[in-house]
Amino acid sequence: MTTAPHRRSHVDPAAPALPAPRGSCPFAPPPAYEEAHRTAPVTRAALWDGTSCWLVTGHAQVRTVLGDHRFSADARHPGFPFLSPGRRELLNRSTPTFLRLDGAEHARRRRMLTGDFIVKRIEAMRPRIQQTVDEALDRMTAGGAPADLVRDFALSVPSLVICHLLGVPYEDHGFFQRRSAVLLDLAAPVETVGTAQRELNAYLADLTAGKRRRPDDSLLGRLAARPDVSPEEAAATGVLLLVAGHETTANMTALGTLALLRHPEQAARLRAEPALVKGAVEELLRWLGIVHLGVPRVALEDVDLDGTRIRAGEGVLCMVSTANRDTGVFPDGDRLDVTRDARRHFAFGFGVHQCLGQPLARAELQIALETLFRRLPGLRLAVPYESLRYRTDMIVYGVQELPVAW
Amino acid sequence: MQVTVDQDRCCGSGQCVSTAPAVFDQSEEDGLVRLLLPGPDRALSATVRLAAALCPGNAITVLDD
Repeated sequence: MTTAPHRRSHVDPAAPALPAPRGSCPFAPPPAYEEAHRTAPVTRAALWDGTSCWLVTGHAQVRTVLGDHRFSADARHPGFPFLSPGRRELLNRSTPTFLRLDGAEHARRRRMLTGDFIVKRIEAMRPRIQQTVDEALDRMTAGGAPADLVRDFALSVPSLVICHLLGVPYEDHGFFQRRSAVLLDLAAPVETVGTAQRELNAYLADLTAGKRRRPDDSLLGRLAARPDVSPEEAAATGVLLLVAGHETTANMTALGTLALLRHPEQAARLRAEPALVKGAVEELLRWLGIVHLGVPRVALEDVDLDGTRIRAGEGVLCMVSTANRDTGVFPDGDRLDVTRDARRHFAFGFGVHQCLGQPLARAELQIALETLFRRLPGLRLAVPYESLRYRTDMIVYGVQELPVAW
Repeated sequence: MQVTVDQDRCCGSGQCVSTAPAVFDQSEEDGLVRLLLPGPDRALSATVRLAAALCPGNAITVLDD
């Protein structure tokens, strides 16, 4: 019996082991990925389980892989690269959502949700988001300095907004935030991940079953009432949207705030010219690349990628963080510049799986950062910068706590 | 300049509407692309081309006159 190429070793000992450790700068991609990118845009890397996969670090190559249907997002295909035992457990056990489906089935399920996230509808939500941001900031400042900006502002705003949109009671946020955090933690033991997944799924199954009996106008209310959506699918979609809807924006808000505090000249420009906020958010999305462990795909057939033959059944990890700093597309890409045109970044991915909620994420980030820096001109770190700890083991990168004063 | 869109490829990301709102719109039902201006003015050339480049589903085609 022969061993399929993706199954075992054949990894160059010098190839980076994934996920690679961060270097001294908390905003920069791990040095091993930058080194791989300097070597070639497509290189070999080793995963935790002894298997190997392709590390794609260049902008053009990431665009090609994520836009090509020959690379599958379906984790049930042999060779799909899992980032940890917990991630493998999670993806093998849960009902696949549109995030992990391909082709017509992916399109059918995604299109049930796209109407809720169209630009026009999100734009109409701006007054409500502004009010949510203002109230969160009122509560944070009323408590006095120092405050943890992550807990008291960055996490509460997107949680309130997504709960309203989905029809999930916000008073349950402690329950779902704790379990979301486990699902995204590579260091979490397999059993813990399994428990968190079952509990979160049971919570959403119960909630959507209630909405099926008494339909309401929330996104999950309308989804649960559809005859072509199974109870399992409604619950799994609820888990996905709830987790994705608050973790990503929360971490971008807090890490984006820290980036601006560490670049006071950029923050000053933003304060002087609030219209820059749209471009500033794109630049922060580009520069921070918080989906930092790579976007996984598996090749369904042999593909020549920039002169490298990727064989059917081989895993690929697309490194958004290095692609977003590719100097061929973003001159002087390591520099944060809120005035640059950063719109070609892949912070929301690329291809048909590109983030469904991006108009909402953009509106939340623009309103949160503009309001924060306008209302608190004296905003500053309340602890030494060097003492901050980061979410290095989490699927979504960020800062763990951000104690601030103003 | 002639613009065409392929709804079968559209994934409703809204990139085109954010980039060139005078040319593209989204259906309120399924979020899919609706073309407002199939022959936009030359002045819009750069933004329409950027919208096509940013489209994650490669659903927008731009042809020169």
